[in-house]
Amino acid sequence: MIARRSGGLFRLSALFFGFAFLYLPIALLVLYSFNGSRLVTVWGGFSIRWYGALIDNEKYRDAALTSLEIAVMAATIALVLGTCAGFAMNRFRRFRGRLVFGFMLMAPLVVPEVILGLSLLLLFVAAQSWIGWPASRGIVTVTIAHATFAACFVAVLVRAQLTVFDRVLEEAALDLGARPLAVFWRVTLPGISPALVSGWLLAFTLSLDDLVVASFVSGPSATTLPMAVYSSVRIGVTPEVNALATVFLGVVFVMVALAGWLMTRQERRRLATASLTA
Amino acid sequence: MALLQIIGASKRFGAVTAVDRVSLSIERGEFFALLGPSGCGKTTLLRLIAGFETPNEGRIVIDGADVTAVPPYARPVNMMFQSYALFPHLDVAGNIAFGLKQEGMARPRRAARVEEMLALVQMTGFAKRRPHELSGGQKQRVALARALAKMPKLLLLDEPLAALDRKLREETRLELTGIQERVGTTFLVVTHDQEEALGLASRIAVMNRGQLVQIGTPADIYERPGSRLVADFVGAVNLFDGTLVAGVDRLALQVAGIEAPLPLLASRDVAVGSAAALAVRPEKMRLSSARPEGFALPVTIVSVGYQGGHSTVHLTTTSGRSLRAHLPSEASLGLARGTTVWVSWSPPDAVVLTE
Amino acid sequence: MTGMGAGLRRFLIGLPFVWLGVFFLLPLAIVAAISFAESADAIPPFKLDWTLANYRALCTGCLSVYTSSLALAALATVLCLLTGYPVAFAIARAPGVWRQLLLFLVMLPFWTSFLIRVYAWIAILQPSGLINRVLLASGLIEQPLPLLYNAFSVTLGLVYSYLPFMILPLYGSLSRLDESLIEAAADLGAPPRRVFLDVILPLSLPGVAAGCLLVFIPAIGEFVIPDLLGGPGTLMVGKMLWQEFFDNVDWPAAAAIAMALIVLLTLPLLVAQRFLEREVRRDRAP
Repeated sequence: MIARRSGGLFRLSALFFGFAFLYLPIALLVLYSFNGSRLVTVWGGFSIRWYGALIDNEKYRDAALTSLEIAVMAATIALVLGTCAGFAMNRFRRFRGRLVFGFMLMAPLVVPEVILGLSLLLLFVAAQSWIGWPASRGIVTVTIAHATFAACFVAVLVRAQLTVFDRVLEEAALDLGARPLAVFWRVTLPGISPALVSGWLLAFTLSLDDLVVASFVSGPSATTLPMAVYSSVRIGVTPEVNALATVFLGVVFVMVALAGWLMTRQERRRLATASLTA
Repeated sequence: MALLQIIGASKRFGAVTAVDRVSLSIERGEFFALLGPSGCGKTTLLRLIAGFETPNEGRIVIDGADVTAVPPYARPVNMMFQSYALFPHLDVAGNIAFGLKQEGMARPRRAARVEEMLALVQMTGFAKRRPHELSGGQKQRVALARALAKMPKLLLLDEPLAALDRKLREETRLELTGIQERVGTTFLVVTHDQEEALGLASRIAVMNRGQLVQIGTPADIYERPGSRLVADFVGAVNLFDGTLVAGVDRLALQVAGIEAPLPLLASRDVAVGSAAALAVRPEKMRLSSARPEGFALPVTIVSVGYQGGHSTVHLTTTSGRSLRAHLPSEASLGLARGTTVWVSWSPPDAVVLTE
Repeated sequence: MTGMGAGLRRFLIGLPFVWLGVFFLLPLAIVAAISFAESADAIPPFKLDWTLANYRALCTGCLSVYTSSLALAALATVLCLLTGYPVAFAIARAPGVWRQLLLFLVMLPFWTSFLIRVYAWIAILQPSGLINRVLLASGLIEQPLPLLYNAFSVTLGLVYSYLPFMILPLYGSLSRLDESLIEAAADLGAPPRRVFLDVILPLSLPGVAAGCLLVFIPAIGEFVIPDLLGGPGTLMVGKMLWQEFFDNVDWPAAAAIAMALIVLLTLPLLVAQRFLEREVRRDRAP
């Protein structure tokens, strides 16, 4: 194709510069995580001392555990909420409040985090004075906050997956004697499992990575990893942070690659059994 | 008592009436076909029987029980879907056992039934395969096995042969009739392919525009169509439209462009002067170079289409009317374009149509 | 679904509806209420009231912050579009196997710590950082360039962080482009430049719009980037809100800032809603 050939160089350089831009900071982080010297400006030889310092750092360790705990819970709650919401938007053409519902599902995706954080904090404060709960802010409140905006992301993924789900399978299940709930559980959910897996992972990552909302709604007892990193970074140079970032990168790389592989396998299967007729 | 009774069922979608006051009775053990062009309502009727749609009027009775308001999972009916609809996340055994699991059958019995079904459709050994590993024909067998596993009173088949190539269609047709006889379940096939219907069914109902047009055995439908529509849809036909006149000791049809009126074997109450049509199947047409006794038309040969066992000869009358004749290929040897021949048929082979 | 019970349906709609109503809408209403409150020395640090003092303070002091936030966000959006479009285009035109991998690589930074990546830019942009050292060493400049703690670094940070959100919708639009349309245009005599301007660009506009909305709206209220990479001259709304809340402990003022921001965003949000709904509906028709 003419357009293809002549644009080849342009496209290749676009890719090169684009990815160079995206990965420059990451490359630097990984590189300096192995820097023997504290300072970014000096290369002090190859060393893994910062990884050791990271493991010894209690503050980070506790914060990491807190973050993981919150992320797992929030992702799971978000998955349930988001799946219900995505399914409702996809299947139920009209119901009372559908417009409001759609807005509530879309807005948290784009609304600035400071607004999400502030508003939720004020809610928790008000709730404390109205009904006595939550007695103190911490893991629970952060989990609720994360689940709330992560659910909207999950809903998007679930909705997208449902549009390519063949509903004939649901009819076949009904025909074979399954009640609607059994159909949903045994046929629909397995059918949209790529979205469920990637939705959970996305929610997990969003929770793990959130600084602003957690800062607003958390309490003295619960410091998340981003909060710990942020307070370190504001003080000064902290090379352990480079090691932390590299660890993050490695873990996420493995997890996402795994999820991606699972999804392509499922997708291939789905295409092979896809309807012969439209 | 009939196994399936549809009583005055109608289904409308907005302004469109898909099924229009259809009444139908299907006996136990029949292999019944619903035949009609696309959009005639046969698929909607099928979905009404399965329970995926509820009729606006009328009732559906299965084995004496009114199931009109019963949801699909509670009806003793199962369907083989046109796209097979196999569950991709389950293997073949899991697919077949799905319905059995829903009714709470114990695991050992379930496994035994699955093996039974696999043997029935000649797929023994495929239990652990996944749908995406199967060919089209194999998927169809699994879909059939799954639909029969629960021993439904009525099995619905939605265009079962549509996706298959010609050769596979033949084999599958034989297999389906064989399985139906062996299992004894009542089968209801929906199809737009008249060859499929004629080949599979013991009785056919022809539908058009939401209404039942004619019901009968394949021979009835083919040899004695009740209307122009049926005559034309099921098989090829030569139609002569005209007015009834009194002929020599029997009625005849005066057709525009043909001098002599066509003689009829009047087996219906038809009145002189009314409009009617004569339908003659192409294979009933006889060609001869010499003028035969009795009624015959002079025609010119337009083309001879060789089709293996028989040939289709296109003819045109002196007034430009197109006709078709099917002859055994040996008989069509030597027939050349432009030759003038005589075409005739025996009156019993022609059907009088008033609709 | 046929026969889906009213109970199941009510649950599927009701659960997320109630949750979001309580944890998204209700909080916004409370923010509105608190924005009229008076700051007080108590726990919580406000006294319920009906005063416009907070808004008045906004108008006198801080309107410029809103305009600069809008300007920075708009600039970042445009730059994101200009950088993201070629990348998305290149990925969409890559052979099938590569596409998945490239998309994965675009998303991968997003999956690692946002905070730390932004922080890494400090090391790159500071006077003794990578860029300056390279430029100095190669003799192109004599003094280090002020690349940090100004509008440049904030814009760069915004573009960097939001680039994946621009690339993905663009890719979505471009990948759905029917190859035969391009071939038809070429067949009718259009050179590559015209094929792009007259066929590809117009058909990718939905992706462009989606990407711009996904970048512009959250960028206006961004906190981390102006905080880590910005200076005194680049105060953005998000940071201002944070400062009022955490540093000044003036919750009502923060609430008023938030309300003003919400009002500012209402129009873009409605546009986004109408737009994204249309996109989802279009996806449904196979």
